Amino acid sequence: MIRHLRSAADLDAADATLILDTAGEMASLTGGREVKKLPALRGRTVVNLFYEDSTRTRISFEAAAKRLSADVINFSAKGSSVSKGESLKDTALTLQAMGADAVVIRHPASGAPHRLAEWVDGSVVNAGDGTHEHPTQALLDAYTMRSRMGRLDGLRVAIVGDVLHSRVARSNVLLLTTLGAQVTLVGPPTLIPLDVAAALSEKTQVSYDLDAVVPDSDVVMMLRVQSERMQDSYFPSAREYSRRYGLDVARLRKMPEHAIVMHPGPMNRGMEIAPEVADSPRSTIVEQVANGVSVRMAVLYLLLGGK
Amino acid sequence: MAQPRADAPSKIILEGSDLHRVVDRIAHQILEKTSGATGTVLLGIPTRGVPLAHRLAARIHAFEGVDVPVGSLDITLYRDDLRMRATRALGKTELPPGGIDGLRVILVDDVLFSGRSVRAALDALNDIGRPSSVQLAVLVDRGHRQLPIRADYVGKNIPTALAESVKVTLTEVDGSDEVRLIGGLS
Amino acid sequence: MAYLLKGVSILGAAPADLFIHEGVISDKPVEGAEVIDATGLVALPGLVDVHTHLREPGREDAETVETGSRAAALGGYTAVCAMANTSPVADTAGVVEQVWRLGREAGLVDVQPIGAVTVGLAGKQMAELGAMASSAANVRIFSDDGFCVADPKLMRRALEYVKAFDGVIAQHAEEPRLTEGAQMHEGEVSTRLGLTGWPAVAEEAIIARDVLLAEHVGSRLHVCHVSTAGSVEVLRQAKARGVRVTAEVTPHHLLLTDELAAGYDPVFKVNPPLRTRKDVEALRQALRDGVIDVVATDHAPHAVQDKECEWAYARPGMLGLETALPIVLSVFGEDWDLIADRMSVAPARIAGLDGHGGDLTKAGTPANLTLVDPSVSWVVDPAGLASRSRNTPYAGTTLPGRIVATFLRGEATVLDGKAVK
Repeated sequence: MIRHLRSAADLDAADATLILDTAGEMASLTGGREVKKLPALRGRTVVNLFYEDSTRTRISFEAAAKRLSADVINFSAKGSSVSKGESLKDTALTLQAMGADAVVIRHPASGAPHRLAEWVDGSVVNAGDGTHEHPTQALLDAYTMRSRMGRLDGLRVAIVGDVLHSRVARSNVLLLTTLGAQVTLVGPPTLIPLDVAAALSEKTQVSYDLDAVVPDSDVVMMLRVQSERMQDSYFPSAREYSRRYGLDVARLRKMPEHAIVMHPGPMNRGMEIAPEVADSPRSTIVEQVANGVSVRMAVLYLLLGGK
Repeated sequence: MAQPRADAPSKIILEGSDLHRVVDRIAHQILEKTSGATGTVLLGIPTRGVPLAHRLAARIHAFEGVDVPVGSLDITLYRDDLRMRATRALGKTELPPGGIDGLRVILVDDVLFSGRSVRAALDALNDIGRPSSVQLAVLVDRGHRQLPIRADYVGKNIPTALAESVKVTLTEVDGSDEVRLIGGLS
Repeated sequence: MAYLLKGVSILGAAPADLFIHEGVISDKPVEGAEVIDATGLVALPGLVDVHTHLREPGREDAETVETGSRAAALGGYTAVCAMANTSPVADTAGVVEQVWRLGREAGLVDVQPIGAVTVGLAGKQMAELGAMASSAANVRIFSDDGFCVADPKLMRRALEYVKAFDGVIAQHAEEPRLTEGAQMHEGEVSTRLGLTGWPAVAEEAIIARDVLLAEHVGSRLHVCHVSTAGSVEVLRQAKARGVRVTAEVTPHHLLLTDELAAGYDPVFKVNPPLRTRKDVEALRQALRDGVIDVVATDHAPHAVQDKECEWAYARPGMLGLETALPIVLSVFGEDWDLIADRMSVAPARIAGLDGHGGDLTKAGTPANLTLVDPSVSWVVDPAGLASRSRNTPYAGTTLPGRIVATFLRGEATVLDGKAVK
């Protein structure tokens, strides 16, 4: 097993499958029983180092670590030495001195987890870095797809929206193609990065036409689109974006019967996803949140459980 | 723990037919000691404890027509040597639909050695529910206990040296049934 | 002090004796000259860097005129042009004279200040270019380097204005709107790393505009740190039309590519960014062809905390003075004529530094020269560099060619590979 999870590219198919299988066991071990705590990480210290507000992700990691009996220290940028201008390196040395066995880091700068991994002995888990990656989100998405669809190999997945700025999209492309899914990126050309197939996976396709992609997709994953992007001329207006690339009821109907709708959250209802679609039984959005804890337990166990 | 080398000499202790007889005997003992195996659940400890538990249930059914619920109890996360080796993949934990509360749980494992696995299993059980009592069935007891633990049902006692090891293979997992003693001089 | 360089090979020619006396090359032996065994050593005219950041005044924790001068001498340089982006900015006669004086005091290389084009490098108002030109520093190159003179009208005026004193505008070609938030070359690697891209077209568009402006007003233009294959094509066409444009390329753009950003170590962050293999190949060819005139280091020292951080927060730039010649040697081999022209003769001409880049075979040439041992390889140790900073991208790399001695107007600044002061 790898030592750090900085990128979904750190995982080969065997490691990724092991994480998903382990997550399944974690879900069944903690689901529906009174004592949800498992002793595997007793005496280990997990630090949540969050330079961005993300209550959802932090709570998910915190619950995962606590269910494995690890000691959890939350170190958030607000009200700490971080906001007083302490460098990431100095913070890293502090965590090192505290004996952190793992540092879960959320950071606005792409690559911050790579830097951190050079300065601490413990495992580094990327909980979202800038516009780079968010590998545990991709793992929980893959887990959700596998539980709903029964497989990942050959699954046709459309990832729709602001791929350029999306760390979720990057991690999903890398992980899903590693596990044999066929990924199509859909969005306005301004929000699809240059050379994306060459950069991430040659198995990735690009389309600018959501209507053409929807009928041939087993999974449609909608990405959050910030309306501020229109100030920077990525698209003319929220209305036009929503018409061309939003998932509304009409498009939902064109999806195959078995196909599911995913969204990493938080959603902009009415922008990239219509409220009726978000709340439809084909949406896995609530399930994704629940699966997050099991997947993060699996990651922490596999990174920290052994020697 | 010292492991014999891969090319160490080995000898067969139980062949397929012997192994079947031993399982039958344990099944009979269980029936006898539990007054017909009522209120009883068999929990196999992965990997090889699980098929053994299923075999015991099948034999009990064959002898007396009683259906004993079978489940599996993975102990990986409860092991005391977790950090001494590379991370291990988890086995399956599957409780029978009726659960274990108030029932007699019989843990089933292939080899009883230091007793540490059984200790981990008792801890795991503790987090899952509250059985009325817990018993232990093993195919082989090779001695060298490091904890105050003993088995209620033993298929075969095999005196061993510490440097030796006992390898159980089962058709369901390994493709054949036998028990082999590896290492040592004989 | 007089020197006799015994058995030295001038630009790779047959070994001969070279005499230095009273600051110039002499054609006859001098009584009592110090003899240096120069067997196996190659003499080059002292290198001239038209693009150096010495950081003084303002960031003396990163570099000073003195430490930068020492690094330059150890790298074989006898003259460096100090960029204007200091604090305060070198946009007045006072600041350029201060830098010039500090250079004289250090006495290791000629420090020729570059003046800012606009006040405070802000791109709004032209600085007093004439005052800097007629100051003691005798400024001839003007540059807002670090920033592009983006306003086309201002650029046009600056190009025209410096004609009065034979000045040249050295443009940092970077279209600012196209590079907002840019972190590295825009392409496959930036997409993978999730870092905002710096598209090649942002450089090419400005160079295209500026060669047209220079052509229109009949002025000289110098293009700093050309980094893309597209820029080379724009320059090739402009030169073919007779536009008075010169261009430089850095050693790192001749060697390194954007793949190095993969580990997010900001030691590889530089502006313009490292580009692709295809760009590197085009730049090498352009330097051979003379489409690019000179190798300039863009020596950019940064304090440790400005590099030991997240990529996006790090300052761009790399050390260059002590590794430039070895890098060029490793890329082009022992093509001494090419090296002498692109690293000494042409840069001296562009900067108007008359005493530098002279012909070492002629008596009377100012004795600005350096001796290289091409047979020695060395491993770059950041801690062993003379620069005050450590941000070299070549740590641990084995490079060919060691500077053994450097002479500034006949006085040794480096002997036995060590700075004399």
